[in-house]
Amino acid sequence: MSDALQSLSRFIPELILMGALAVVIVADLITQRRPLKSSTDLLNGITLVGLFAALVTSWQALGTVEAQSLFASMLADDGLLGVFRPIFCLTSIVVLLLGMRSKELEGVRLGEMLALLLTVTAALMWMAGSVNLVMIYLSLETVSVASYLMVGYLSSDRLSNEASLKYILFGAVSTGAMLFGLSLLYGMTGTLDLYGVRAALAEGAFGPGLLFVLILIAAGIGFKIAAAPFHFWCPDVYTGAPTPVTAFLSVGPKAAGFAVLIRFFYLGMAEPAGGGALAPVGGADWQMLLMMLAVITMTLGNVAALLQTNVKRLLAYSSIAHAGTMLMAACVLSVEGVQAIAAYLAIYLFMNLGAFAVVILAHRVTGSFEIDSYAGFWKRSPLLTVAMGIFLFSLMGIPPFAGFLAKWYVFAAVINAGLGWLAVIGVLNAAVAAFYYVKVLRVMVIDQETGPTPALAFSRLDLALLVLLVVPNVLGLLFWGSLDRVTEYSQTLLELG
Amino acid sequence: MIPLEHYLYISAALFSLGVFGVLTRRNAVNVLMSIELIFNSANINLVAFSRFVEGALGGQVFALLVIVIAACEAAVALAIVMSLYRVVKHVNLDDAAELKG
Repeated sequence: MSDALQSLSRFIPELILMGALAVVIVADLITQRRPLKSSTDLLNGITLVGLFAALVTSWQALGTVEAQSLFASMLADDGLLGVFRPIFCLTSIVVLLLGMRSKELEGVRLGEMLALLLTVTAALMWMAGSVNLVMIYLSLETVSVASYLMVGYLSSDRLSNEASLKYILFGAVSTGAMLFGLSLLYGMTGTLDLYGVRAALAEGAFGPGLLFVLILIAAGIGFKIAAAPFHFWCPDVYTGAPTPVTAFLSVGPKAAGFAVLIRFFYLGMAEPAGGGALAPVGGADWQMLLMMLAVITMTLGNVAALLQTNVKRLLAYSSIAHAGTMLMAACVLSVEGVQAIAAYLAIYLFMNLGAFAVVILAHRVTGSFEIDSYAGFWKRSPLLTVAMGIFLFSLMGIPPFAGFLAKWYVFAAVINAGLGWLAVIGVLNAAVAAFYYVKVLRVMVIDQETGPTPALAFSRLDLALLVLLVVPNVLGLLFWGSLDRVTEYSQTLLELG
Repeated sequence: MIPLEHYLYISAALFSLGVFGVLTRRNAVNVLMSIELIFNSANINLVAFSRFVEGALGGQVFALLVIVIAACEAAVALAIVMSLYRVVKHVNLDDAAELKG
């Protein structure tokens, strides 16, 4: 009992989100008969306040207190969770702002969508904190079920429904496979606790049996981070979902998936081997498994993106490629890899959400997601074109933008671990990626529009949003030192146990 | 007493049947039924291991939670199927192919 009470004091951001969730549901019911505009404004305001309070509290908690396990060792509140919490809150805040400006969500009652957003944000934090097989499965499913509903939110829209159905079928099969793998792992080790799993695996060699189990579990995690060959849902769902939801899926659940990946493999499947390095336990070479996943994911994502004509599909494949890059860092088997992933995700948040912000703003005027509809944007709105240029160059990883820093961290970690060949494949992939990002820019700057070309007008909120997203990308290099400090916190990952 | 192996044979068979169903069925509701088989195969594993390996209740509690989650997921999935049916008047997965490329 005292354990539960004590745990609650380390659980403030989640509690704030749950409180905001309750208020949003009630406020949605009360304002049911009010005009849509005033009701939506009220609900957006409540959600924004809740998310912002959660961001502030999770920022304050970052790195100030030592690691501790919560709720009878179900969750661990340590540096890793500390780094991921602000990432989730920031993602949801930006997505909420995008939702206010999205044409697709205009004239739709947003109460349930906001309730789902708050639920997912809290569940993402549980995912990042879970150190128990039950909790991993439970939080992963909470995120999944809520995101299925968010994808299918436009219930009269055929594409939204179709995307949602594909998402839930793929999702249920992958998490089903993962659950089967978890049950077998439980049978092998006789415990559901990740630390217990590691202790039990360290005592014997399980070999191919364990590798089979890990492949099943990788299906569930791979589905969440959209890693090939578990990525088939990704392009369709990203295209069909309302664009703010797409933006959310491309960052939030992907980040949480990586948190689970790090926890499961680095905590449960490996033991410290001195000097911050880790060694696999149980006689299964899962490092090879992750390397294969990384290479396939990067290559497939980048090559498939070359062929796309729809910008949401292009960003879907681009997000698959970025997952591959981060998977490279996961193969490193040291704390440096964890830091690289955390830093990459923090930067990826701003560059990817930025690109989606431009897509949403452009959709307001063109009503289309085809890349061709961006022709003549340089004349119509230099501001939007420059912003898109910054986001895309950042995604490419070109200095002086922040994306370069992200790629630098990953490649440094990979090379330091002696995986030079993997880094070479990564660099080749980055070169391929430049082609499709530049293709979008070429259409915006060089191609001429055939019809009339009215200048684009933006509201103050649009400008604020763009500035909010552009600044971290441009000034990324200035924050080198502070980013280093943030990633230091993730070192405490291995403190418990 | 029935040995542990028999439970594992059953669960492996159920899992394979589930995966087979997911891959071959074209009707969304049939696919959902196959997915339930996958979940339940894991449940059999969990309960059997909890009895034979751990000797405590951890696996059984896990199985209960899985049942709850599976029910939620089925409810959401059927709601989505209904919603899609209202728009396109069928639930055939081969024809739900507006999104591709």
